[in-house]
Amino acid sequence: MPLQSLDIIRRSATTTPSPQVRGSYTGTVAKLIDVSKCIGCKACQVACMEWNDLRDEVGSNFGSYQNPADLSDQSWTLMRFAEYENPKGDLEWLIRKDGCMHCADPGCLKACPAPGAIVQYANGIVDFQEENCIGCGYCVTGCPFNIPRISKRDHKAYKCTLCSDRVAVGLEPACIKACPTGALVFGTKEDMKAHAAERVADLKSRGFDQADVYDPPGVGGTHVMYVLHHGDQPQLYAGLAMDPRISPTVKLWKGAAKPLALAAMAFTVLAGFFHFVRVGRNEVTPADEAAAEKGS
Amino acid sequence: MSDNPRRDSLVRYSAELRTNHWLNAIAFVLAALSGLALFHPALFWFSNLFGGGPWTRTLHPFIGLAAALIFLMLAVALWDDNRMKPADWQWLKQWRDVVDGREDRLPEVGRYNGGQKLLFLVLVVGMAGLFLSGFVIWRAYFSHYFSVRVVRLASLTHALCAFAVIVAILIHIYAAFWVKGSVDAIVRGTVTPGWAWKHHRAWFRQVTHAANPRTGPN
Repeated sequence: MPLQSLDIIRRSATTTPSPQVRGSYTGTVAKLIDVSKCIGCKACQVACMEWNDLRDEVGSNFGSYQNPADLSDQSWTLMRFAEYENPKGDLEWLIRKDGCMHCADPGCLKACPAPGAIVQYANGIVDFQEENCIGCGYCVTGCPFNIPRISKRDHKAYKCTLCSDRVAVGLEPACIKACPTGALVFGTKEDMKAHAAERVADLKSRGFDQADVYDPPGVGGTHVMYVLHHGDQPQLYAGLAMDPRISPTVKLWKGAAKPLALAAMAFTVLAGFFHFVRVGRNEVTPADEAAAEKGS
Repeated sequence: MSDNPRRDSLVRYSAELRTNHWLNAIAFVLAALSGLALFHPALFWFSNLFGGGPWTRTLHPFIGLAAALIFLMLAVALWDDNRMKPADWQWLKQWRDVVDGREDRLPEVGRYNGGQKLLFLVLVVGMAGLFLSGFVIWRAYFSHYFSVRVVRLASLTHALCAFAVIVAILIHIYAAFWVKGSVDAIVRGTVTPGWAWKHHRAWFRQVTHAANPRTGPN
């Protein structure tokens, strides 16, 4: 375990329980992204690349303030800029910090075939352990938020770690530290929910009747939450999923199919063995040879 | 090995076909082992046979592609002899007689029996499914051409096809062992006349030029 100060509660491709006697009685952690306070300065992006020693390629302008164009193995967080014309005819500039949501029920972890390549800590952080990653990309199919990226350099999967290395030693994630407006806050999930509720009440008092917290129950809730002024239309924010959940295809493939297929294959082998024990070999008798002699 | 039969034996598989079959067997076993390693954590240790997880992930698609192309050659060679006929369905319906070894109750069998033809069918469909879905989930080169929904469906399809094909091959291996003389046939190429008479009578009549007066060669 790379970080002894973090207890692993779930480990990819592992059928036995992970060490978990130390419960997280102090609660899990969460990052709260208050979209209504974000000014799109990208300080969080810079802090992320600095802390994690990442340097993405300088891309080209595609007609948006969004830069780089997409998440990558070198860009674990990204301000997504969306222009929305509301029913009143006013333009709204919606900016959403995208990155791993740290689902309580992580689709990436469910899909991963490599033991220990994806872990979930007791504090709620979902982390990729690249030294165990085999580069198959199954996590990409498992994720309902389109987050993991496979590096072209080393064929390993990368995404936001929620600065698990910083959190492990009592620091807040780098992006939180850098945010100048207080749009990003970090604490226990309980505290963040309470803070989010205050923010929603405030937004409602300012005319955003549909303001809401984004903590999608389809994935068991997330350890990265949003406060959205248009809580009823998350898709306005550069396609944030309305009701994210692990795809039923992935659930079948990584759920029932695995033990059933394994059992059926084992049963086939056993059936063959016991058929042999009960019926014996199917052998040609001298009578068959004689009949063949006569028949030909 | 030459195709010259022993004086008392019938040639069942040419040297070309035997080579083709065993190339298939080798490629299939390697593809199955490396694929199973990625399917269930209980079998992840198979990846050690291929040099670890990343090597297994790297090699599996290439092995699979080779297995598919080698299988294509075998499928073309065996296509005509494996078309299902009404007698084959009757043979399959009487599967209880088949597993009891009561061949006397079954319809006369040509070069291949209903079970072998069913195996052929499962392999053709399964290998085609594995080939197509395999490209979609080949992350290093092809996955980015497809939407995540298609990749998810392809992942499930790949697993289902592989499951069907592996179970079919397990049955194939046991059946070859069970029917004594079959392994000899695919290793050495020949069978005894009694073997042909017992298991593939219509084919026996055909190759010995003694057509069955009732049904003719199958």
